[in-house]
Amino acid sequence: MRLERRASVPRALLLAAPLAAVVFTLLVSSALVAWAGAPVGRAYALLLEGGFGSRFALTETLTRATPLILTGLAAAVAFRARLFNIGAEGQLYAGALAAVAVGGLHGGTGLEWPPALLFPLMIAAAMAAGALLLLGPALLKARLGVDEVVTTLLLNFIVLLGVSALLDGPMKDPTAMGWPQSVALQDALQLDKLIERSRVHTGLLVALALAVALRVLMQRSTTGFEIRAVGSGARAAAFAGMPVRWVAVKVALLSGALAGLAGAVEVAGRASYVTLDMSPGYGYSGIVIAMLAMLNPLGVVAGAVFVAGILVGADSMSRAVNVPTYIADVIVAVALVSMLVATMLTQYRVRRG
Amino acid sequence: MPAPEPILRLRGITKRFGALVANDGISLDLAAGEVLALLGENGAGKSTLVSILFGHYVADAGSIEVFDRPLPPGQPRAALAAGIGMVHQHFTLADNLSVLDNVMLGTEPLWQPFSRRAAARERLLAAARDFGLAVDPQARIGELSVGERQRVEILKALARGARILILDEPTAVLTPQESESLFATLAQMVARGLGVIFISHKLDEVLRVSDRIAVLRGGRLVAELPARGARKEDLAEAMVGRAVAPAVRRGAADTGPAPPPLCELRGATLRGGGARPLLDGVSLALRAGEVVAVAGVAGNGQAALAEVLCGERALDAGQLQLDGRPLPAQPGAVVRAGVARIPEDRHAVGVVGDLPLWENAVLERYATPAFARLGFVRRGAARAHAQALVQRFDVRGTESGGLDTLTRGLSGGNMQKLILGRALTPGPGEAPPRLIVANQPTWGLDVGAVAYVHQQLLDACAAGAAVLLISEDLDEIFALADRVAVMHQGHLTEARPRAQWTLASIGLAMAGGADDGAGERPGAGPSSPSDPADHAAGPAGGSPHAA
Repeated sequence: MRLERRASVPRALLLAAPLAAVVFTLLVSSALVAWAGAPVGRAYALLLEGGFGSRFALTETLTRATPLILTGLAAAVAFRARLFNIGAEGQLYAGALAAVAVGGLHGGTGLEWPPALLFPLMIAAAMAAGALLLLGPALLKARLGVDEVVTTLLLNFIVLLGVSALLDGPMKDPTAMGWPQSVALQDALQLDKLIERSRVHTGLLVALALAVALRVLMQRSTTGFEIRAVGSGARAAAFAGMPVRWVAVKVALLSGALAGLAGAVEVAGRASYVTLDMSPGYGYSGIVIAMLAMLNPLGVVAGAVFVAGILVGADSMSRAVNVPTYIADVIVAVALVSMLVATMLTQYRVRRG
Repeated sequence: MPAPEPILRLRGITKRFGALVANDGISLDLAAGEVLALLGENGAGKSTLVSILFGHYVADAGSIEVFDRPLPPGQPRAALAAGIGMVHQHFTLADNLSVLDNVMLGTEPLWQPFSRRAAARERLLAAARDFGLAVDPQARIGELSVGERQRVEILKALARGARILILDEPTAVLTPQESESLFATLAQMVARGLGVIFISHKLDEVLRVSDRIAVLRGGRLVAELPARGARKEDLAEAMVGRAVAPAVRRGAADTGPAPPPLCELRGATLRGGGARPLLDGVSLALRAGEVVAVAGVAGNGQAALAEVLCGERALDAGQLQLDGRPLPAQPGAVVRAGVARIPEDRHAVGVVGDLPLWENAVLERYATPAFARLGFVRRGAARAHAQALVQRFDVRGTESGGLDTLTRGLSGGNMQKLILGRALTPGPGEAPPRLIVANQPTWGLDVGAVAYVHQQLLDACAAGAAVLLISEDLDEIFALADRVAVMHQGHLTEARPRAQWTLASIGLAMAGGADDGAGERPGAGPSSPSDPADHAAGPAGGSPHAA
């Protein structure tokens, strides 16, 4: 058995790859469901229903998908330039913390500025926090060749410990009866509800708009051209006169800002304060989503809805048939691996002999 | 002198890769004591055929017999045991080990407690004696010259008892003198009854060393003929499938007073990481309307010279001027100054393979007003530019995908045409390039594409551009250059008129000997009666290049 590189990749194959990966993932996961003693068909039916089958399920899925779209975009844009940002989780927390630092009810009132001024400031602070957090690893990579996978991954733990310290210190909400949570955001800065009687907020519209904007940026702008060229042929891009290091900096700022924005949107749209369990791994899931989407910003939306649906659906399934909710994590993880294999198989064909 | 008894029989070898038929029913014999040349362009199926012979690939159909015994397919070990030895174009030697270690590598079973160095040393020295290949068994590979390394590769095969030796493009990395000594070795091996398969696309040396010639084209054996009496033109036509017109020089080089140089390097020095600088006080003047070639064995600083001229690296000392103004070390600025650049590695440096053809066509000019507005790419203008370029430079391979074809899907020749077109075609409203820096522009291209690239360079030169050609191919240099300089260990000789160089003097300079040995017989052709290596030379003043 050998792998041969395809001269050209058929478009149909590019569409089929994510679907095939998802089907394969569900097959693998069904073995685990059966092992847990649950009827496979019913478990999947419950999962589907719990994720997409009712108004409540759908709105919950969309609520979860909102930060996932943003972290998915953060990963997609960085990976396209071969900047492997594994630190979206930390950047998300940094953004959330910066949002609360600007817009929180510190000492009961917070900054008494008009919301029209304070809201953009809050968003800008969150994006800047995420961007700056990724700038260091990006510069270390561009200047010294330090592996950004290691630095961004380890920064996640540093940021999380830092958040933990702040939630027990200066950012602590004195009225939270000892719970480690930050002060709440000013009411005027909270995002409006998008759908009545649900938790879906206007952050979803922001995420969707950014997905479209990024698609246009990547395909139509000179910056997107630079990002794609540097990502798939840095030496050729440098030879042609592209500012390779500056592109790396731009990408780092963009990717970090998107992840930081995810944190701000979570705080302003859903949680209204920062806790240590605010993100169930949105930053890491964003990587899976970006891969499922083959780094296409529009595909990220579909991938985020899929992953959010699995996460939400697994909750209700586990209550009904007693399969641990960890099955959701397994499904997402297997989806990543099978997507990587599927992506490779679009580039190569398998031959005998 | 073909002997009657074949020691190697290939029958009906067929190998497909997807839709591509790499070998199509090839049958060949090799006799003891003969050199069989395997001639063909890139992609003709030479490498596939010897890979099947050596067990790297399994043929879809056909059989191989060595000394009247069938060779089991797909087992390199069986091929070695049957007496087949292979010398790859890119050596398979461990630099940090000694010659003896390299020869022994992989010959001893793992469970043997002590290695039998004395016996292996004896075998190595015996082979070296028998075939006149002087070598020090204790020398470390990293310290040997390229020619010596090739000798070790050959000895490695001989010491393992090879009776059939396959040489893959053996002269590609050698100086003319080193090639001569290789040919002498070949004669010794043949005299001792070995069979040799000599793979090459250089017609002159094939005619010189081989007894029989087999020509492959598109996976088929299209001609098989004795070397004696074969004509270069016929072989070229068999290789390409049509008559190939050699690149034509413009009218006689102007003899008027030399114009001031367009581009000048003075005392250019570039320190690398190693002990000696990559460029060591290099001075070179390029004038409009002339081709200056830099010859040299690979790895003597040519890459650094090209990088400096292409704006990729800044000099540590010395000056680089274009039109009397210093040229900044930024690729973008160099392109804007009117320098057309053709990089050595077209796959990794010339194009971004995963981007479509049209984006690669504007890769150097994507940010200029002609192709960008308000931060967005003007796709219409860019695609029109790419379309014009594809037509003018005859870039093929876009039939199914059009301008959106992924560039890595192009063949080497078409990729080079794209790069050439990108470099030579000015953007809308720009002047054509005034300086062309071409580093190994025809490396690995087939005969037809080589002629095309040569013609484009000569045409641009005739239109008034200065051309710097960096090449390891002396045929190419003698065919194109007005003046030739030779590079050795970071030093560059003075650029002298082509007629003042002989093949012998150029080879000497390539090896670092006597910088001033040339020019003793001004006006003489590149060939001389005492020079046995007349294969690369022709009559003075004419083009010695046939294909």
